[in-house]
Amino acid sequence: MKSKKGRMVFFYCLIALVVLFSLSPFLWQVITSFKPSQEIFSRPVKYLPSHIDLSAYSRIFIRHPFGRQILNSIFIASISTFLCLSVASLAAYAVARFKIMGGRGFLLFILLLSLFPPVVLIVPLYEMVSSWGLMNNWLALIIPYASLNLPFAIWVMNSFFQQIPGALEDAAKVDGLSRLGILVRIILPLSAPALATTAILVFIFCWNEFLLALTFMTRDAARTVPVGIAMLSGASQYEIPWDQISAATVLTTLPLVTFVILFQRKIVEGLTAGAVKG
Amino acid sequence: MKHGKKPFLTDRRFGYLLLLPALLLFGLVIIYPVARNVYLSFHEKSIATGMVESFAGFKHYLKIFTRDLRFRQALGNTLYFTVVSVGIEFLLGLSFALLLNLNFRFRNFARASVILPWALPTAVMAMAWRWIYHDIYGVANDILLRLGIIREAVAWLGKSPLAMHAAIFSDAWKTTSFMALMLLAGLQSIPQELYAAASIDGAGGWARFRYVTLPLLRPVIILALLFRSLQAFAVFDLIWVLTQGGPGGTTETLSVYLYSYTFRYLNLGYGSALSVAIFALSLIIIFVILFFQREEVELG
Repeated sequence: MKSKKGRMVFFYCLIALVVLFSLSPFLWQVITSFKPSQEIFSRPVKYLPSHIDLSAYSRIFIRHPFGRQILNSIFIASISTFLCLSVASLAAYAVARFKIMGGRGFLLFILLLSLFPPVVLIVPLYEMVSSWGLMNNWLALIIPYASLNLPFAIWVMNSFFQQIPGALEDAAKVDGLSRLGILVRIILPLSAPALATTAILVFIFCWNEFLLALTFMTRDAARTVPVGIAMLSGASQYEIPWDQISAATVLTTLPLVTFVILFQRKIVEGLTAGAVKG
Repeated sequence: MKHGKKPFLTDRRFGYLLLLPALLLFGLVIIYPVARNVYLSFHEKSIATGMVESFAGFKHYLKIFTRDLRFRQALGNTLYFTVVSVGIEFLLGLSFALLLNLNFRFRNFARASVILPWALPTAVMAMAWRWIYHDIYGVANDILLRLGIIREAVAWLGKSPLAMHAAIFSDAWKTTSFMALMLLAGLQSIPQELYAAASIDGAGGWARFRYVTLPLLRPVIILALLFRSLQAFAVFDLIWVLTQGGPGGTTETLSVYLYSYTFRYLNLGYGSALSVAIFALSLIIIFVILFFQREEVELG
């Protein structure tokens, strides 16, 4: 057996490799976004910019409706998350507390729903959205986003509601609270941590969604940021504004980086709550 | 509620009332579209010809399974992509999970970094990968040239067997984190006493992994493989942004084919038939993986 110190060094090298593997594509975008234009297109590749140039950040707002797209994404993701959580907490509470037709069966059924590729819904959804005149309308994304994230949200909320002791509710009933009052004034405040975790995850899913946003938002100003960035590629592959794309990438992913750093533990719990413990 | 009278709103009815909004949304966005797909798949309907519908029978399905070579190629690409990328990320994810399960300084930082690729938008990071893979200014070529692994710059996304493997590498980067997270959660649910007992019985590191970790992790492994296989089978964002299916259709997966066919030719009938076929193939994956789980349970 090698010395203890040697093994520690080896171990920390492995960890460093794992961290580098996970961060490097993102860090490369950060570096690229700070480079002056001529250093982006240089051979051999320059690994550090000679000076920090923020002009790509202003150009992305001036030459493209990027500010508008960020607002679209913020509003669509927030409203979808709110709608999804409201509906999901009602449903999760119903399944957790009232013995209604196959509570467990219902949970398995929605788990199955969430397993199918969303692309198989695109043809009928497109038909509905276009015939109802909802192209380029926020509703065309908000309603599908809320619905498609429902299975996940119901699973996480349900597993949390089941941990709340029924005695609490009985006490509230004795105190004269109505059933809806119990849910709104007792259960939901108690589940604030679970609601927050679920909200973070659903928000991330909505913020990142691409397929529906690509299909239903055809005007540049109506697009969400992932589609906006993917569409920045010009007419030919020689016209792609890589500096602006990297700046946009950094701006789009920064909120997610913050979420991950702040809520690392909650995200892990939430992601695995439905799947592993269920 | 008045005493003595049976209230109209029983607990059961109240439960259904709470469930109603969720059922409405499921019906509108999932159940109805699936049913509509099955209906449309037996009809001719094209946006190009002014949305007229006419009965087509099994025509679309016949074409998919006998004459549609592009479907066959996409199916092959999808299966290759799914098996290779899920295989790689399982091995990587398991190693990451085993590492992150240990106690060390900066563990929270390491965990946050590993989650990050999962949290970032696939389409946006696919653009980042296009820049990394750039044939002239890309950093991938630069690093490999400096290390002497390749002698001249390579067009990663422009050549046939390379493009698929570049896509697989990006996918492994993006989704290993999810696999690692699930396996990490599984590892943490294994009682430490079992390892202590195995050590007393004289089991070395490998034996403890083989006879304690793996069997107890099996349910989580199967679940993680099921989730990831279905997601990989449906891969869209990554391929669409990286290559749009090119070069020459060699990275075109079923989702990308369904999308480009439907919206290029505006043929909703055929698109629906393709959707139903993909839906059915996903069901097969679910059954195959669940079948393996059943067998494990019976053996154990």
